[in-house]
Amino acid sequence: MTGKAATQELEALDVGGTGAGTEWPWAPGGPDGSAVPQRVYVTGIFLALASILMFFTALTSAYLVRQGISTDWVPIELPAILWANTAVLLGSSATIERARRLLAQGRPEGFRRWWGLTTALGLLFLAGQFVAWTELRAAGVYVATNPSSSFFYVLTGAHGLHLLGGVAALLYLARRDESREHRAGLQTAAAAASVYWHFLGVIWVCVFLLLNLRG
Amino acid sequence: MAEAHAVAHEAPKGFIRKYIFSLDHKVIGIQYILLALAAVFVGMFLSLLMRLHLVWPNAKLPFFDVMTPEQYLALMTMHGTIMVFFVLTTAPQSGFGNYFLPIQIGAADMAFPTLNMLSFWFTFVSFAVMMAAFFVVGGAPISGWTAYPPLSAVGEIAGPGLGWGQSLWVISIAIFCGASLMGALNFITTTLDLRTKGMSLMRMPLTCWAWFVTAILALLGFAVLLAAGILLLLDRHAGTSFFVPGGLVITEKLIPHKGGSPLLWQHLFWFFGHPEVYIAILPGMGITSHILSTFARKPIFGYRAMVYAIFAIALLGLSVWGHHMFTSGMSPYSAFAFSLLTMSIGVPSAIKTFNWIGTLWGGQIRFTTPMLFAIGFVSLFVSGGLSGIFLAQPAVDLPLHDTYFVVGHFHLIMGVAAIFGMFGATYYWFSKMFGRQMSEFLGKLHFWPTFIGVYCIFMPMHFIGLAGHERRYPDTTAVQYLAALQPVHLFMTIAAIVTIAAQFIFVFNFFWSLWRGKKAEVNPWEATTLEWTVPSPPPHDNFAGRYPAVYRGPYEYGVPGAAKDFTPQHVPDGAGGAGSH
Amino acid sequence: MEQKQSGTGGSLVAAGLALSLVVLTFSTIYIFFKRTWWFPEPISAFAEAVDRQFDRTLVITGLVFFLAQLALGYVIFRYRDRGGRARYSHGNTVLEILWTSATAVMFIGLGIAAERAWASLHWMGAAPGAMQVEITGKQFAWNFRYPGADGQFGRTDPSLVNDAAGNPVGLDTNDAAAQDDVVTATMAVPVNQEVEVILRAVDVTHSFFVRELRFKQDAVPGMVIRLHFKAEKTGSYEVACAELCGLGHHRMRTVLQVLPEDEFQAWLREQAAE
Repeated sequence: MTGKAATQELEALDVGGTGAGTEWPWAPGGPDGSAVPQRVYVTGIFLALASILMFFTALTSAYLVRQGISTDWVPIELPAILWANTAVLLGSSATIERARRLLAQGRPEGFRRWWGLTTALGLLFLAGQFVAWTELRAAGVYVATNPSSSFFYVLTGAHGLHLLGGVAALLYLARRDESREHRAGLQTAAAAASVYWHFLGVIWVCVFLLLNLRG
Repeated sequence: MAEAHAVAHEAPKGFIRKYIFSLDHKVIGIQYILLALAAVFVGMFLSLLMRLHLVWPNAKLPFFDVMTPEQYLALMTMHGTIMVFFVLTTAPQSGFGNYFLPIQIGAADMAFPTLNMLSFWFTFVSFAVMMAAFFVVGGAPISGWTAYPPLSAVGEIAGPGLGWGQSLWVISIAIFCGASLMGALNFITTTLDLRTKGMSLMRMPLTCWAWFVTAILALLGFAVLLAAGILLLLDRHAGTSFFVPGGLVITEKLIPHKGGSPLLWQHLFWFFGHPEVYIAILPGMGITSHILSTFARKPIFGYRAMVYAIFAIALLGLSVWGHHMFTSGMSPYSAFAFSLLTMSIGVPSAIKTFNWIGTLWGGQIRFTTPMLFAIGFVSLFVSGGLSGIFLAQPAVDLPLHDTYFVVGHFHLIMGVAAIFGMFGATYYWFSKMFGRQMSEFLGKLHFWPTFIGVYCIFMPMHFIGLAGHERRYPDTTAVQYLAALQPVHLFMTIAAIVTIAAQFIFVFNFFWSLWRGKKAEVNPWEATTLEWTVPSPPPHDNFAGRYPAVYRGPYEYGVPGAAKDFTPQHVPDGAGGAGSH
Repeated sequence: MEQKQSGTGGSLVAAGLALSLVVLTFSTIYIFFKRTWWFPEPISAFAEAVDRQFDRTLVITGLVFFLAQLALGYVIFRYRDRGGRARYSHGNTVLEILWTSATAVMFIGLGIAAERAWASLHWMGAAPGAMQVEITGKQFAWNFRYPGADGQFGRTDPSLVNDAAGNPVGLDTNDAAAQDDVVTATMAVPVNQEVEVILRAVDVTHSFFVRELRFKQDAVPGMVIRLHFKAEKTGSYEVACAELCGLGHHRMRTVLQVLPEDEFQAWLREQAAE
């Protein structure tokens, strides 16, 4: 915009007058009609990841400290199904990436298929985690049995809840309109969701390593 | 560009969408401020009861008759919790920040309006849950706002209020963590992504820098507190032993927990708790800088140094939590590191102080009410900051830790100084928010007893702390050396009564001006930043679809050769800026 | 637009505010000098070292306090609005570097100077041959245990803790080493003799605080914390709890008697007889 004109408009505004509006200073609202630039979703998701990372770091440091000082730590026998769950979750990272790329290439049907597959894998992972919990419970290992089991339930539970949120996001996005004029918004949302999904995969690998190596 | 795209959301119709579940950052900001106003009066009333009880232990007090020790400790816990979380964390950041961050950077709203609304309502629910702790069996918890286990973890066997009251406390704090995380995410994203054309980071008002950095601290700190809170809740209700060691015998009963570490809680808590101090005070620093520059009619002295100092304080603030734990039994070697890092915070703090004085130097100071509170802030910040230098040294901390010296120190710096920041902000921005001006006469009438009063309350606390007066004592008769300090308590209580009475001048001024104040102009203070370019109060999307461009830094006062002594950010060079008009 | 608000009652407010800063500064410094409310006399070399470091800190912070508050008072009076233009300046990098490095040297230097006293208490163990006393915190009383003639503490067991039966620390009397342990409700130590204290807590966190020793240490459940002191003046000193431990926190008080060697031995015999 030209400076002079803008100033006049703003001075008009100062006294409550009306004038033709200047343009949005940032990339104007996306084709889906949203007024904020698409990049806020990307920024937002990375900030959320920073916060979640702090949360799990706090739990992990509590884990290491608690284990370091204790004389009562008895490692629990990790259910074997956790390996299968890990494979499922890592697989879902691959499928969500495929879905995201298909959408970017303008192939909404393919997107829909792979996106649905990712959702299913996410639910399968959660079901698998539930089986792991049930197995432990059957073996008499409860939350309060031992600090190792307390941390096992806290870490897997916290991760599971985050993943449940991820599944909800996938389901919500699957219902969104992917018609041409809204595709840019959907692409950003899908990208943000997949960043979150990959991150939860990484967190799970770290948790799983922690449980295996420092159990 | 079509106008329809220029609003983040349509202007709402109907009372509920407009004022209750509003998406508008301005309404949400005011909601936060009103919540904090309600909370601050609850917190202040609790402190008044405590002060009365300390001086007249047998007096019959409202709601309490003659206060018991556990009631006193419950008041003390709730006073601290309410003030720290629902006043110092909400008003300066979520309240004023919500209202003015988008306007000052030239945005229509926060990046995520729905998240913003959720954040407020989470805070509201959290406050309701916290208040409920007063009304459950056993009453409010007695373990202090720091909730150290095992006291806070083993249930009511360890004392009244540690059953349901403590559980509600932890739940409320967990909800509050969620609210703060949402808010922090929103603030950072808004600052990074929604600045208007020309508003580079180094052209942002210092208020925006303060809110931005505060949000970073909140994003990192509250995540850790949430984790700690969940573990504490499990210790209380699921029988785990994160924080509770084995072999505890409480009132002759062996507690079934084993192997936990009370120090683990302290580390996690203070990893949040120390940054929390800066969450409370940084917005006040930003507001003070903003006000000082406006009314000294001078650019801020050393803008860049001020920005770097905020970052230095925040960065160091994340790595000094151990200085709360010098007597805790923590490793004495890490105490050395924590001590030196803490002393280093004195450096950026001194930079801020010197730069504030440098800003005033050579100015043409206008003594408006917000300016008085900003100057008061600087004085309180110096006083409260310097007593921290004693506490930062582990050896000197030994006789002072957990005494009134600490109470005096943190009340001056994170309590009262932050409150002065809020008062300054209120007097400064009231006209913008509500379209009417607060009474300057009543404002000044409010300032004097408040400024003198808070010094009379909190400065003597340092002295009785030197004499060894432990904090959190409901009764000063059992320990004999405390008897000699009783006259000081009397002095502080009288000062507190006067100071609290003076706050009603503020409340009267606030509500009277809301309806009867003088109609506000767009820019009554002749200030330079973007909030002074929009009507008072601003329209739904702040700039009515016409977004300003920014041509210069935020504090261009007294530019030589310019017609007026202030050159707003949005005026292009040669068009009303330097030289013309 | 007209210059608004220039000189509107500014001088009076400026003078008042500057004056209150001056009054604040001088009265605070006066009370610090007068020492009406102050530390009690130190009774150990460590306490004296802490006091010296406190005084050093007081001088430096006092100076900064004095200069900063008075500078603030001066500028607000000197530069009150008198209708002109403010001096246009964005700062001064040289000054900025100067006061940054000055405060850094001052504060960090002070911090390093403080470590010697801390190290003498916390980094070094008790002198060999120090007398041992176990201090146990409990809602809401302190208990002290002396090892007796064998110089060894007997076994304790939380399940044996029973105040009514006169066993507040849970001493296991089946243990031979426990036979001659002496458990007391007040503390006594011989003068001029190094004492190693072993801090424990049976229920929640407490903090053992003796003003005259400038000694404060939390007694944390699940931890055994060893520190040491050497009291050099006989007398009776109050001990208080400094960490919130419940509704009786304020009455968790006892005394520490610093006695000449022979009186201490007599006291210990008397306690053992009870």
